[in-house]
Amino acid sequence: MSVLSVQNASKAFGENKVLKNISFDMNKGDVLAIIGPSGSGKSTLLRCCTILEKLDGGTIKYGDDYLCKDNNGISGYCTKEQMALIRKKFGLVFQNFNLFPHFSVLKNIVDPVVNVLNKSKEEAKETAVQLLKKMDLSDKANAYPCELSGGQQQRVAIARAMAMQPEVLFFDEPTSALDPELTGEILKVIRDLANEHMTMVVVTHEMAFAREVADRVIFMDNGFIVEEGKASEIIDNPQNERTKLFLQRFKENG
Amino acid sequence: MQFLSLLLNSASGTDYTEMSMNFMGDFWNMIVQLAEGFGVSISIFFLTLLFALPLALPIALGRMSKIKVVSKLIEWLLLIVRGTPLMLQLIFVYFAPYYLFDIPLSGYRFPATIIAFSINYACYFAEIYRSGLQAIPIGQHEAASVLGYKKSQTFFRIVLPQVIKHILPPMSNEVITLIKDTALAQTLAVVELFRVANTMASSQASLLPIIIAGVFYLIGSFIITRFFNFAERKLNYYR
Ligand SMILES: Nc1ncnc2c1ncn2[C@@H]1O[C@H](COP(=O)(O)OP(=O)(O)O)[C@@H](O)[C@H]1O
Ligand SMILES: [Mg+2]
Repeated sequence: MSVLSVQNASKAFGENKVLKNISFDMNKGDVLAIIGPSGSGKSTLLRCCTILEKLDGGTIKYGDDYLCKDNNGISGYCTKEQMALIRKKFGLVFQNFNLFPHFSVLKNIVDPVVNVLNKSKEEAKETAVQLLKKMDLSDKANAYPCELSGGQQQRVAIARAMAMQPEVLFFDEPTSALDPELTGEILKVIRDLANEHMTMVVVTHEMAFAREVADRVIFMDNGFIVEEGKASEIIDNPQNERTKLFLQRFKENG
Repeated sequence: MQFLSLLLNSASGTDYTEMSMNFMGDFWNMIVQLAEGFGVSISIFFLTLLFALPLALPIALGRMSKIKVVSKLIEWLLLIVRGTPLMLQLIFVYFAPYYLFDIPLSGYRFPATIIAFSINYACYFAEIYRSGLQAIPIGQHEAASVLGYKKSQTFFRIVLPQVIKHILPPMSNEVITLIKDTALAQTLAVVELFRVANTMASSQASLLPIIIAGVFYLIGSFIITRFFNFAERKLNYYR
């Protein structure tokens, strides 16, 4: 069952063409890793999928709902009301967490559930408490984000996104802002979500993790999808020269 | 006591007790009149806050507007209001209806004072609001957007509380300036604290009314400072 379909997506900032004819599909339970050098357009792709940016051309479809539809190379976007409905279908975990600093950990999770999904406070709190337990953060419910480590903050951000019950969850380099010794705890949480068949798109530089957790990998360079396939095949045995070079450099550096 | 009575220059009897009673009576009288004047100053203070605090928000948003015409217009307004004396603006607002529109004025002194003060302070507050709004990381807006908050929810639930924390120190400065600036209302012959003190000082050839007025202003500033310190401590629970 298709959860998300992106067709012929293109996007430029002024003269700088950042996305060039990007297409991919996500079925329920898929885990897709997007890899590629810095500046290749990975974040822009996620930001277009999450309506933080808009495509110039191409189609994005969540389930049966079109976020935007290509018409002669130009994306026509849906109405504001439809966008509000589509926003409930996805979640995004940022590189730098973006928790709300004036809310406690619990309130960070409860507030959107109450004010966006219009659920009761009691129900929202119950969901939040369960998620915090799952994230191993039960004792931090009443703490404020500034009192947490980066890894703990990112786990709260994941809980906050999960509480909205998205059909697909995007991660934009969720471990890049963390000290190396803290990346493990985040990767474990994402691995657990994968085991529960959460549909996820993960932009990451953690190749071993991508190979292990993702079903598929997309390698992006310069706005194009250069190579795409089964995670183990792409990472162990890349066919394209640019993919080879990128993975080679990666092994050397880390 | 002799020093005080010299300052007061009260009509002097030869009898010491009579003199003392005269002095106490005059002194009390003076305090009451000055307190009445301070009441007017405080009215100007609170009415200005009442109008300027909300008015500053559309000005700040207009200044940040993507619509060039709007942001340019607001920029000019800010330049004019912040680039000319408040005293000049008071006189302008007071006489504008008469000279520009030929509307006769009566009982317009106090309203004119409030209008001029409100516009003037709204412009200063607006620039403080703007710095506060711009200090909120874009990621806060983006996180709220992805979670599905409406624009108004994002503003009131996420942005505004953080802006308030950010702007408390500069607002504290500005509000203390306001309590002192109320003295400028005497430009339009509004009988506020400083005008009362000044009149009294010259009619009695005494410095005491001025000193007492100073104490009133000091008490006002002190309370404002305490209030802002309290608010800052209250919001100190994060970051
Ligand atoms: N808001 C923006 N305005 C202008 N250029 C941008 C903006 N966001 C990204 N870019 C440009 O788009 C290109 C791709 O950026 P990005 O999607 O962040 O790449 P990645 O996430 O793969 O590192 C870069 O050249 C970047 O400078
Ligand atoms: Mg990026």
